[in-house]
Amino acid sequence: MAPLRAPLRCFAQTPRRFYSGAPTPSAKLNLPIDYKSTPILHHASSSLSNMPEFPAAATTKRLNYFQAINSALRTALSTSEKVLLFGEDVAFGGVFRCSMDLQTEFGSDRVFNTPLTEQGIAGFAIGAAAEGMKPVAEIQFADYVFPAFDQIVNEAAKFRYREGGTGINVGGLVIRMPCGAVGHGALYHSQSPESLFAHVPGVRVVMPRSPSQAKGLLLASIFEHNDPVIFMEPKILYRAAVEHVPNEYYTIPLSKAEVIKPGKDLTMISYGQPLYMCSSAISAIEKTMPGVSVELIDLRTIYPWDRQTVLESVRKTGRAIVVHESMINYGVGAEVASTIQEGAFLRLEAPVKRVAGWSTHTGLSYEQFILPDVARIYDAIKQTLEY
Amino acid sequence: MIFVGSFRSFPPLPPSCQQSEQSSYVVEPADLPSPGIYVSTDVDLPKLQTPGTYLQRMELGADKLYKERKIRGFCHLSTGQEAVAVGIEHAISKEDKLITAYRSHGFTYMRGGTIRSIIGELLGRRDGIAHGKGGSMHMYSKSFFGGNGIVGANVPLGTGIAFAQQYGETGNVTINLYGDGAANQGQVHESFNMAKLWNLPVIFGCENNKYGMGTSADRASAMTEYYKRGHYIPGLRVDGMDVLAVFAAVKYGRDFVKKGNGPLVYEYVTYRYAGHSMSDPGINYRSREELQKNRANDPLTNLKMRLVDWGIMTEDEAKAIEKEVKRIINEEVKQAEQMPAPEATLDILFEDIYVPGSEPAQRRGRTVDETRY
Repeated sequence: MAPLRAPLRCFAQTPRRFYSGAPTPSAKLNLPIDYKSTPILHHASSSLSNMPEFPAAATTKRLNYFQAINSALRTALSTSEKVLLFGEDVAFGGVFRCSMDLQTEFGSDRVFNTPLTEQGIAGFAIGAAAEGMKPVAEIQFADYVFPAFDQIVNEAAKFRYREGGTGINVGGLVIRMPCGAVGHGALYHSQSPESLFAHVPGVRVVMPRSPSQAKGLLLASIFEHNDPVIFMEPKILYRAAVEHVPNEYYTIPLSKAEVIKPGKDLTMISYGQPLYMCSSAISAIEKTMPGVSVELIDLRTIYPWDRQTVLESVRKTGRAIVVHESMINYGVGAEVASTIQEGAFLRLEAPVKRVAGWSTHTGLSYEQFILPDVARIYDAIKQTLEY
Repeated sequence: MIFVGSFRSFPPLPPSCQQSEQSSYVVEPADLPSPGIYVSTDVDLPKLQTPGTYLQRMELGADKLYKERKIRGFCHLSTGQEAVAVGIEHAISKEDKLITAYRSHGFTYMRGGTIRSIIGELLGRRDGIAHGKGGSMHMYSKSFFGGNGIVGANVPLGTGIAFAQQYGETGNVTINLYGDGAANQGQVHESFNMAKLWNLPVIFGCENNKYGMGTSADRASAMTEYYKRGHYIPGLRVDGMDVLAVFAAVKYGRDFVKKGNGPLVYEYVTYRYAGHSMSDPGINYRSREELQKNRANDPLTNLKMRLVDWGIMTEDEAKAIEKEVKRIINEEVKQAEQMPAPEATLDILFEDIYVPGSEPAQRRGRTVDETRY
C-alpha cells in the first residue's frame, strides 16, 4: 500500500475543488451518466413496442421515475378499491413526489398520511393485507425501515407459511422505499438494505432500474402475488431517468431477470442504478478491446432471484462480474457469485468478481469514495477478461 | 413563566410577561409547581441573550451556504426554536448529558461545539466536528450525544445514558429531546416505561414545533398534549418561545429528577420558522399569516424586550451584541470554508470501522470529478 499512497498525497495537494462539478477534461470513464442517451432507457416509444412484456400498441408518455411510480399507483388505485396508499407525508405527494395528486383523486380514505411510526406503518399494513386489502405503504427513506424490520421479518414474511389451513396471506402488501446514495445523503439517507431483506424467505425484494420497469413491476407486486413485496426505488433515478412508459395497465413478472444487452465474453449482473454505470463501462471496453462483447443482466427481483437466466448466461460466456451499490460484505454479489460457482464451475474461465460499495458507512463527504464507479467496473471487466 | 430570585431588585415584571398564553405550567399529575409559582434561581440575564443570537446567525449562515450549494445534502435549521437550546443549557451543568434528534445545530453549539467546527461539518470538512462524516444531523461533543437521523431513535439511547448515570451515582441528569413527530414512535413509549420503572434521572423533552415534517401535529397525533404522553410520568408544558420559561422549568426539573423522583416529560411549545429541511420551503402546509404571527413571537426579541424593559440592557447594547455576533459568525464561516476536505488516504476512509480488509487493492483518482481517466 505504501508506494501507492505517496502519489495520492501529492494528488491531494493539487488545487482543490470542494464541490462536485464537471469531470476533468482528461476524464474518459468517470463521466456523469448521460441519461438522455443511455441505452438502458427507452428514448423512443418504438423501442418499447419490441419488448414482449409491454402491452402491444400501447400509447406511451415520457415520464421520469417518480412520475412512473405515480402512474403505477394511480393505475392500481383505479383498478381495485382494495388498494390503499399511506405513509409519512404521502398525502401531499411524499418527499419525492411519487404520490402527487393521488389524495385529491382518490380521497383521504384511501390515500392518507401516517404519523412518523415505521413499525406501526408496517404492522398496520400487514394487518390490512391479511384482511384482504392491498396496502401500498411508503417508508420515506430505506434508512428508516429498521424499526419496521421486526414486523417485516417476523410477521409479513411468515404470514402465509404459518397460517395453516386458513389460506390467509398478505399478498398485495407492498412496502415501497427510496434507497441508495445521491452523493450527499450521509449516514441515514444513503443506504441500500436490499440484502438484509433478501436473507428472509417469504418476502420478495424488487429494485427496478427505470421508469417503465418500475411501473410494470409495481403493478405486478400489488396484484400478482401472495407474498409481501419490498419495493426499492433508487432515489437518484427519480428525476434523472426519463423514458417512454405505457399509459395502460401492464405488469412485468417478478423473479425474472432480463438480459438488457446480449454478449458472448462476459456476463455482468447488476440491478438498480449501477446498471447505467455498467452500460457505460461496457461500451468503453467494447471500444478499447475490439471484438469483445459483454452481456448485461438486470436481476430486477433480488429475491427470490432468477438463477436460471444468470447461469445460462455464464455457461455461455464463462466469466461473470456482479455489481451493486450496497456494501460488498454479505451482499447480493456474494449470493450470486456463490450460485455461479456451484452451477457453472466447469465453465468458469476466471473467478467471479464483485464490484460493490466498500464496507464502511456513507459519511457525508465520503460517499463518492465508497460507491462503485465506471472506472472500477471497467477495471474489473478488463481484469476478468485478461485473467 | 418567569422566575424571580436574584432579580428582586429589578422593577416588577410587566404584566404581559407574567403569564403569556402558552407559558402556563400545566401539571399532571400533581407534585410539580402549580401555575404561577416562580422558581427561584440566579442567572446572569444578559448571558442568555448572546448565545441565542449566535444560534440564529449561525443558522442564517448555514442557510446562505446551502443556497450557494456549498453545503449539500440534508440540513435542518432551528430558527425559531433557539429558546429551547439556550434555556436548557443554562439550566444544566456541563456534566449533565444531552441527546437530541436531527435539528441539532443549536444544541451542538450550546454544548460547546465551536461555530467554525459546526459550519465545517456542514461543509463536510476534515476539521468539522465529526470529521466531515456526519453533516447536519450527526454532530457530537462532550456530554452531547448528538443529533440523530432516525426519528425517535435517540430516545432509548438517552434512557440508557440516564441509567448509566444512576448506576454510576454521578448525580447528573440526562436531557432527552425529540420532536412532536417522534412522539408517536413506539420506542419513545418503551423508553418512558423503562425510565419510570427504574426511576431514571432523565427529563424527556418533546420539542413541539407544531409540524412533523409537513404534517401538523393534530393530523398526526391522536392527543397533542405531549406533556401528558408519559401517563404515569409527571408532565409539564413549557413556553418554548420563552428562554426564561425553559430555563426555569429545566432548572426545576433537574432538581426534581436528581432527587430520585424519577423521570419527567416536558413539552416545549415552540415553532420552526424554516421548512422541515432545506428542500421544504415550509409554506405549503401552513399559512403565511400563521408564520408571521409566530415570527412576531420571536424568542430572541421577546427576551431582548424584557431585558430592555427591566433596565438590564439598553437597546444600543443589544444592537451592539447583534453586530458583534454577526461579525464573528462571518469570520467563522470564512474560516470554516477554508478548512481542507478530507485527505485522500485509505486510513481516513476506513477510520473508525472495526473490520478492515474490504479496502480497494488499487485506486485511480479520488472522486468522479478528479478522476483523470
